[in-house]
This record gives sequence, structure tokens and C-alpha cells, in this order.
Amino acid sequence: MSILIGSITVGLILALLALGVFITFKIFHFPDLTTEGSVTFGAAIAAALIIKGYSPALATLIAFFGGCLAGLVTGILHAVFKLNGLLSGILVMTALYSVNLHVMGKSNIPLLSEPTVISHFERYAAAGEEVNILGWLVPQKDLFILGFILLFTALTGTLLNAFFKTNLGVAMRAAGNNAQMIRALGANTKAYMIFCIALSNGLIALSGSLLAQFQGFADVQMGIGMVVWGLASVIIGEALINTKSVGFLIFGAVMGSVLFRLLVAIALQWGMNPNDLKLITAVFVFIALILPGLLTRLENRKKLKKLEYAED
Amino acid sequence: MLKIEGVYKTFNPGSANEVRALRGVSVTINPGDFVCVLGTNGSGKSTMLNAVAGAFPIDRGQITLHNTDLTKMPEHKRARYIGRVFQNPFSGTAPDMSIAENIALAARRGMKRGLSSALSVKKRAQFTEPVRQLNMDLEGRLDNPIGKLSGGQRQALTLLMATWIKPQLLLLDEHTAALDPKTAARVIELTKQIVEKDRLTTLMVTHSMQQAVNLGNRILMLHNGKIAYDLKESDKKHIRVNDLLALFDEIRRKDQMDESVAQMIKKQYI
Ligand SMILES: Nc1ncnc2c1ncn2[C@@H]1O[C@H](COP(=O)(O)OP(=O)(O)O)[C@@H](O)[C@H]1O
Ligand SMILES: [Mg+2]
Repeated sequence: MSILIGSITVGLILALLALGVFITFKIFHFPDLTTEGSVTFGAAIAAALIIKGYSPALATLIAFFGGCLAGLVTGILHAVFKLNGLLSGILVMTALYSVNLHVMGKSNIPLLSEPTVISHFERYAAAGEEVNILGWLVPQKDLFILGFILLFTALTGTLLNAFFKTNLGVAMRAAGNNAQMIRALGANTKAYMIFCIALSNGLIALSGSLLAQFQGFADVQMGIGMVVWGLASVIIGEALINTKSVGFLIFGAVMGSVLFRLLVAIALQWGMNPNDLKLITAVFVFIALILPGLLTRLENRKKLKKLEYAED
Repeated sequence: MLKIEGVYKTFNPGSANEVRALRGVSVTINPGDFVCVLGTNGSGKSTMLNAVAGAFPIDRGQITLHNTDLTKMPEHKRARYIGRVFQNPFSGTAPDMSIAENIALAARRGMKRGLSSALSVKKRAQFTEPVRQLNMDLEGRLDNPIGKLSGGQRQALTLLMATWIKPQLLLLDEHTAALDPKTAARVIELTKQIVEKDRLTTLMVTHSMQQAVNLGNRILMLHNGKIAYDLKESDKKHIRVNDLLALFDEIRRKDQMDESVAQMIKKQYI
């Protein structure tokens, strides 16, 4: 049960990353590799500031803006200097690797004995107290942490949804959907795209900073495979929800992240080799990406057959 | 008043596929003019409209609209003054977004877009009536994605959206060319209504000479990136499709002559 709670908590933390990937990948059809660097960047900033004695909340906020800055650079490389989208992400991701090492000063910063936003909420729980959920005994502090993360992610999702329904937000969605149209209606699509890539990476860095504080360390390698992880969450969410409404898609991305984390936890319990995790995730995303196309082709073939019979 | 003065545009200059799309276009369009733009394929009609809309920088010349110099203004800033409908029905609307959201976008053409709700109940209520007047049974489907609609419905909506806020200039680029004849006729009828109601200054590219004869008060005929004929009010009134065909023939004849002259010169000098 404790593993379950832990998985849901990590799923909800990574849901912020999924929301970031949702913005770039679903709204702008832009597979942004900056993600791999900005997850770690967020973790690195938060960890470095916390061990220097800054308040964890402030450190987390600065991590968010750090991510925004990374995204800003990618956005400018892509929209202003017209570099290929993947290449822009790769360049910034690579540069961030060095930046992260500088920020951290070493490749790993342990946070277990430091105050973090997580430990802050832990304190509200009675130490050692356990709660009975359906016959399972769960440490009260785990539930408090889960509750905090749940609230935080729900709030972020709600704000994001509200934003994408404002005049500005709707125009940004249109910029991803049909740039020519919204430019003809007076929107600066380049600026919109840069803003969205920055916001996306801010959320991703925020996710990284919370993950570091939850797991008790920041590591320079922790971003590896995170793009595919985010894509998997978004894709699962889309399949679950099956609509184009932004609100539901945002909800779907959050649910997708939690579900995916749970699936992974279960697979690991069943004895899946953790080394295979990224391979399996990649294969999963590949299948999920080509499946819709395959299904429509199959369906069309069926329809065609019916047509031929009808003519006989 | 739209003033296009000595505008040149060459695509891919210096390369093998260099195209001199505009070669010194100068024309003044008066307020309230409804101009039909004719010309063979590749004569530069779209390029002229796109130059006015700011889709690309021009090489030389100047474009002004009511004393505002548009020449260096980026495309999205010109949108404040200009409404556009494209040839491709997919170009003018955001397919994954609802009809209401698309209209909400158009209702702020060229204005600041802030953090107020795009689709408040009050705003939505204002969308129904104009959509009903399109007579396309769309008023009950405001929340459906536009991508599910037919090309004709999308063009009608794009037209409505382009003129939602009265533009100082309306640019229509073969906006009925991709539609079946019946739908095209509906959209043309709608165009006429909308343009006449607000006396919109309009440039309409069309490949249909019948449309050019029936609509508007002026005809521009483009050829090889230049304006070959400019038929104003009095000339335009009496013009028939046959007259236009004759003009086209004349252009073609001149072209051939140029061709033979060019060959003669080649023979003599090469
Ligand atoms: N963006 C572009 N890049 C390169 N060539 C272009 C571009 N737009 C138009 N052209 C070329 O310019 C010429 C004029 O095109 P256009 O203005 O679209 O003609 P039309 O009168 O048929 O609308 C054509 O030869 C076309 O191929
Ligand atoms: Mg054209």
C-alpha cells in the first residue's frame, strides 16, 4: 500500500511534467527535447538553493523560472533563428547538462536531511501515526504528502485550463492549430510559441524540483528519458479521455501520468528488470503513436470491402 | 484608400527557381471600391494580395492604407486593418477549435488579447445571430469543432470572421475556387451582401469572369507580375464576359509577339 501511495505521489509530481509536454507537443506539435535538461535544471536549482539555506518554497519557485528561461532559449532558437525544432531542443538540453553540473557543483546532491517543501508538509502529520485504509496501514505522513501534491497539481491544472480559455490562451491554441489563420487575425505567433515553450519548461523544471525534494536527492542524470515519459502520459491521457476539449485533455494528461506510474510500479513488482523500463516505455510510445493511424487504415479497408460487396 | 506604388517581389532570387512574381505593380484603390482581380495562373494575383497583407517583405515599393505606411509593418500588425479569406477553406479557421472559439478569435482581430474569458455567456450570445444569418444551420452547432464542417461552411464562417470587426480593407483570394458551383454561388451571394452592407473596400481575386462581370465596380487584370488592364467604374459597367475574353486573347497575342521578337533577337545575336 505504501508503494501504491508513493507511486501515485510520484505520478502526480510527474503530471506537472506531463502538462509541460502537453503544451509543447499537443498544442504546438513540437517535440521539445529541452525537457530532459529542464527536469534536471529544476532539481539542480532547488537542491543547490536548499543546501545553501534558502527557503524550499522560494527555491522551488526559482526552479520554475529557471525552467522558463531554458524554454525561452529553445523558443528563440526555433522561432527567431529558425533552427529545426528538435535541434533547438537538443542544443539547449546539451548545454543544460554543463549548466546543471555548475549549479550543483557535483553530480548528486542529497537532500534527505534538508528541509524541503515535502518535509514541511510532513510535519503536519503526527509522527509514526498510521491510518487504516481498507485494512491497509498507511503512514499518515505519506497521505499528507500525497494530499499536498494532489492539491498542488490540481491547482496547476485548473490554472492552466483557465488560461487556455482566456482570449490570450485561445489565441495561443489557435497558433498551434493554424498559425496562418491567427496571424491573419493579428496574433504574433512567434511570441506565442516562445511563451508556451517557456511556460512548458517552467512546469517541467517545477516537476523536477518537486521530484528531487520528494525522493531526497537531485542527480545530474535524472532527466534521461523524461520526454518519452511525458509523451506516454499525454498519450495515455488522450486515449482515456477521447475528446479535443482542452480541459479534459489537461485532466487526461494528469491521469495518464498517474496511471503510467502505477503500471510501471506494478510491472516492477512483478519482476520486470528496471533496466528495461526505458526500452519498454519507448516501445509503448511508438505503438501508441502509430496505433490510431493503423486503426483508421484497417477500418477503411473494412469499409472498402463492404462497398465492393454492395456492388456485386 | 489603398496605395500600392512600384511594388516588386522576386521569390528565390539568384537561384534556379527564381520567380519574378511582381514587377512594378502600382494601383490606387479608393474607399468603398470593390475590385475584382483577374489574371492567368501565376500572374501574381495572390502575391499582390499577400504583399498587401504582409505575408512576406517586398523587395521595392511602398504600400499605404489611409495614410498608414504598411510597407515595413509585420503581418500580424496589419491584421488590425485587413480582413482576409484564403482560397483553401482549411486556411482560414482553426479546425480543432469550436465555431464559437474561432469567432471569439476573430472578434478580437488586431486587438490586445488579455486574460479575460474568451467565451463569456454574454459574448457567446452575440455570436448566434450573425451565424444564423449565414443560413447554413450552424447556429445550433457553435460548440462543434470547425474541422468537421464542409468547405463551403468553413468559407462562409471565415468570411463572417474576416468582417466581424469592420476591416479597412478586405482581401479575398479565390475564396470560392475550392467549392462546388452551388456552394460557390452561395458564398459569392454572401460576399456581396457583406461587402455592400458596410461598403467595404475589397480586393477579390477570382478566376471566374462571370463573377468579375457581375460583382464590384472595377476590374484589375494582372499579367506577368504587372497590371495589364485597369477597368474603372464607367468601363466596367458595360463590360461582358466576351469583352474580358477578348482582353485575355490580346494579352496572349502580345505575349506571343514578345516571344517571336525575343527569338528574332536571339537568332541575330547568338
Ligand atoms: N512563396 C512562394 N515561393 C516561391 N514562389 C512563389 C511563392 N508564391 C508564389 N510564387 C510564384 O510566384 C508566381 C506568382 O504566383 P501567384 O501570385 O500565386 O499567382 P496567381 O496569380 O495564380 O495567384 C508563380 O510563379 C508562383 O509559383
Ligand atoms: Mg493565386
